[in-house]
Amino acid sequence: MTDLQKRSLLKLAALSAVASAALIGCGKKEEPAPAPVPAPVAAAPAKPEPLKIAFAYIGPVGDGGWTFAHDNGRKAIEKEFGDKVVTSYVEKVPESADAERVIRDMAGQGNKLIFGTTFGYMEPMLKVANDTKGVKFEHATGYKTAENMRTYDSRTYEGAYMAGVIAGKMSKTGTLGVVGSIPIPEVVRNINAFTLGAQSVNPKVKTKVVWVNEWFNPPKETEAATSLINGGADVLFQNTDSSAVLQTAEKMNKRAFGWDSDMTAYGPKAHLGSAVINWGPYYIKAVKDALDGTWTTGQAWWGVKEGAIDMVSMAADVPDDTKKRVDEIKAGLKDGSFSIWKGPIMDNTGKELIAKDVVADDKFLGGLKSYVKGVEGKVPGN
Amino acid sequence: MDATALLLAATLSAGTVLAIAALGLLINEKAGIVNLGAEGMMLCAAIAGFATVVHTGNSWLGFAAGMAAGALLAAIFGVLVIWLNTNQYATGLALSLFGAGFSAFAGIRYVQEKLPEQAQHVIPWLGDLPFVGPALFRQHPMVYIAMALTAGLIWFLYRTRAGLVLRSVGESPESAHALGYPVRRIRLAAVVAGGALCGLAGAYVSVVYTPLWVEGMIAGKGWIALALTTFATWRPARVLLGAYLFGGVTMLQFHLQALGVDVPPQFLTMLPYLATIVVLVLISRNPRWIRLNMPTSIGKPFYPGS
Amino acid sequence: MLRLEARPQPSKLWSFASPVLALAITVLIGVLLFAALGKDPVRGLQIFFWEPIKSPYALGELMVKATPLLIIALGLAVCFRSNVWNIGAEGQFVIGAVAAGGVALLADKTTGPWIVPAIIIAGVLGGMVWAGITALLRDRFNANEILVSLMLVYVADMVLSYLVFGPWKDPQGYNFPQTKTFEAVTQIPRLMSGSRVSIGLLIALAGAAALWIFLFRTYAGFAQQVGGLAPSAARYAGFSSRKALWVALLTSGGAAGLAGALEVAGPIGQLTPYVPAGYGFAAIIVAFVGRLHPAGMVFSAILMSMFYIGGELAQSRLGLPKSLTGVFQGLLLFSLLACDTLIAYRVTWRKGAR
Repeated sequence: MTDLQKRSLLKLAALSAVASAALIGCGKKEEPAPAPVPAPVAAAPAKPEPLKIAFAYIGPVGDGGWTFAHDNGRKAIEKEFGDKVVTSYVEKVPESADAERVIRDMAGQGNKLIFGTTFGYMEPMLKVANDTKGVKFEHATGYKTAENMRTYDSRTYEGAYMAGVIAGKMSKTGTLGVVGSIPIPEVVRNINAFTLGAQSVNPKVKTKVVWVNEWFNPPKETEAATSLINGGADVLFQNTDSSAVLQTAEKMNKRAFGWDSDMTAYGPKAHLGSAVINWGPYYIKAVKDALDGTWTTGQAWWGVKEGAIDMVSMAADVPDDTKKRVDEIKAGLKDGSFSIWKGPIMDNTGKELIAKDVVADDKFLGGLKSYVKGVEGKVPGN
Repeated sequence: MDATALLLAATLSAGTVLAIAALGLLINEKAGIVNLGAEGMMLCAAIAGFATVVHTGNSWLGFAAGMAAGALLAAIFGVLVIWLNTNQYATGLALSLFGAGFSAFAGIRYVQEKLPEQAQHVIPWLGDLPFVGPALFRQHPMVYIAMALTAGLIWFLYRTRAGLVLRSVGESPESAHALGYPVRRIRLAAVVAGGALCGLAGAYVSVVYTPLWVEGMIAGKGWIALALTTFATWRPARVLLGAYLFGGVTMLQFHLQALGVDVPPQFLTMLPYLATIVVLVLISRNPRWIRLNMPTSIGKPFYPGS
Repeated sequence: MLRLEARPQPSKLWSFASPVLALAITVLIGVLLFAALGKDPVRGLQIFFWEPIKSPYALGELMVKATPLLIIALGLAVCFRSNVWNIGAEGQFVIGAVAAGGVALLADKTTGPWIVPAIIIAGVLGGMVWAGITALLRDRFNANEILVSLMLVYVADMVLSYLVFGPWKDPQGYNFPQTKTFEAVTQIPRLMSGSRVSIGLLIALAGAAALWIFLFRTYAGFAQQVGGLAPSAARYAGFSSRKALWVALLTSGGAAGLAGALEVAGPIGQLTPYVPAGYGFAAIIVAFVGRLHPAGMVFSAILMSMFYIGGELAQSRLGLPKSLTGVFQGLLLFSLLACDTLIAYRVTWRKGAR
């Protein structure tokens, strides 16, 4: 280029650089540079620094499902501990290379307790945990732990079982439908528990399953629900995270359940009950552990007993004896006298999964890969 | 028998979204403009429609709002592409990206909202006929509107003067200009009309098909509609049939699962896209066929002065 | 009223100034948006433009994000300059990642570091093959490369999905749809410890330099661009536009595949259904904002990465929604396209009737 053009370019570049520097520089003075790790609080008699807690969410807080439930747990922490804690969150963090950056940034911002609310954060969290020993990490639904990282999960199958009891009673065709998300053991467990619950009331009940292969995709969930209803199911259950299945049931005059959170409002006529996850109790305990200094690693799996799972808003037309049965189950789960996974339980090829009078342990449940008798088809990918 | 009727009904409903959007894109492309921003327009229309129904309770106002949103975005696109001669593909992509972000942003406060109860739509006597009743006559009015639109578009494009002018603008804008037609205004009108239809399809998704709002809920249907227009070789009737075909493939996937057929779902999902490629190859290999089917000036900018 | 008047020749000033003006417009709208949302606009700007560069770690993360964008954009520049509209770089990225992942899965604890170049080459070849399909269909059957490459993006996503849900699923992975984590030996070497920046950055910068030489200093590069832009003139001069087509698509496919390999054997470390991150589409914007010029694209890649990272940070620092990132990126491209008009046209004021 000619000298004239070079000069114009240079002028322009210089001008932009000066302008941006001025703008940013002015702003910079207003903000004290945050230290990468806050200095330890010197022995001062004043109130202790609030505990900084951060949450990484896979979805948007308004999804009405999985992330919504976690955010409710976060709000429960704020309510319980007031100004002893300061919470923040980042939503829609993909299960990819970005997750590591976000989690590392949370640790760098002085958060001492970090919650990662989906399986896919496992590897990134582990990496950051190994690099920042002074921070505690809580990972939902995972299986790898470290000295400063532990896992937590909820016994969603308990909610599924209770839904099954209601479904078995309310189904007129004897065919139930489940919109499945991804065929991991947790979801297979829930389908099985749902069917077992239904069979406890109506031994002849059948379950059809259709897989969406995603956690959240309302249009696809609608289509899946429609195909199940077309296939004869009159009560639907789901393991996906939106209210689309319930809304489809409402539109087509069938019944369905809410999942993760109370979804009554989305299908008032169709709604039979919601199997909700209440993360509040666990989160409060975790924060208490951190504040009291009693935090240790481990693998927590909470259910009805600890207040993490519940069946709520049962419909008015569910018979009283069924509602009573559900309450009995809740009581039995709380005091340990009732077990969902008590043999004999067969899989749907005739093989015995759990022997008579044997109660399956958590390890068995963690690796469950086949359907129980009464569920049609095969778990994909096996 | 009953299940097949219901499968048909579900296919019609699923295909309607694609059909309306693709017909809109067809109008664009008949005038020579490719609008890759379909997905963005549909998303913005979806939130516009949903928000309107939340506040007014009236689905038809919601559809109107969706059409307005689509038309507005299309107009911005049109001015950029037609008067400022910006690159159509890049501008369309920018629209998609912007539309996705903006709709997510605008929709934040609507995520937990739900819409008022919808009436069941059954055509009085026809809806009770065996088989065809449940298959064809128990649909939301929009399904029939899609069919009417198709017929209307065929009539407009091939039987009216205005349609002829539109097509000639798409074939050879220079000749149309030489004949004295306001090529750029016609193209803008086509783009805005196309945007309005994409908007209608988007609003239908959020107001009727899955009555809720979640960001990204169009989930790629805009891109499928783009493929569909090509797959149908730019003819309205084929667009409608193709839409049902594409819509049917998704329903078929679940139907087969429920029957226990063990085909990996990904293969079924791939089918519409592979089919589009095959059709593209078939129509393009013969230069004569291309001229017969594809509007010649697609994607090319038009300079009135040249 | 305002009129657009064609300039006698394209304005050199505006070809450099247009992106700057576009950025300024985007920033201005951003400031208005922040203010409308009740957030401090200056703090907002800081988060988008200062925080991502203020520490070595932050800079490193910026480079990690910018590297695939730049690499893909470099390839796309060859394509677009040859008038070949490859919109399917995302699909080529995915297939490159799949190919690279396939090779990486072959490694076990005893494999030597020779596997790293093998992974990279596999990625490049994978991307080339995928782009080659588009090239073949355009070459033999005249099929429009935009639509074909776009359709192939979805097919590529399904191929990946099929593999991670099926044959390549980690047997120890509790049936989660993902492959096992690749052995440590497959990791692309890092540039320095404490940061995730890999040698991919060096490859990207070397690529930019190579592209500059190719486009502006070699005969082949000249023939390439003419072959694409003016086929008749090219034929007259003896340049092959067929060759230009193939070179363009294979180059950009290879580049996208390379980016895929670097991501998968780098920060991600396995194949999951989330590998398609939209880089193939974002790179189109990077290419345009960078004026299809290697030096420009280096800057625009960094700029786009700032938007991505800034958007994440804006969430945790200011409570702003993530969707703003998409809004800004779209706005940037819109303004750029509009400002580009100023290169070819002059805005004048004409009194009286039009």
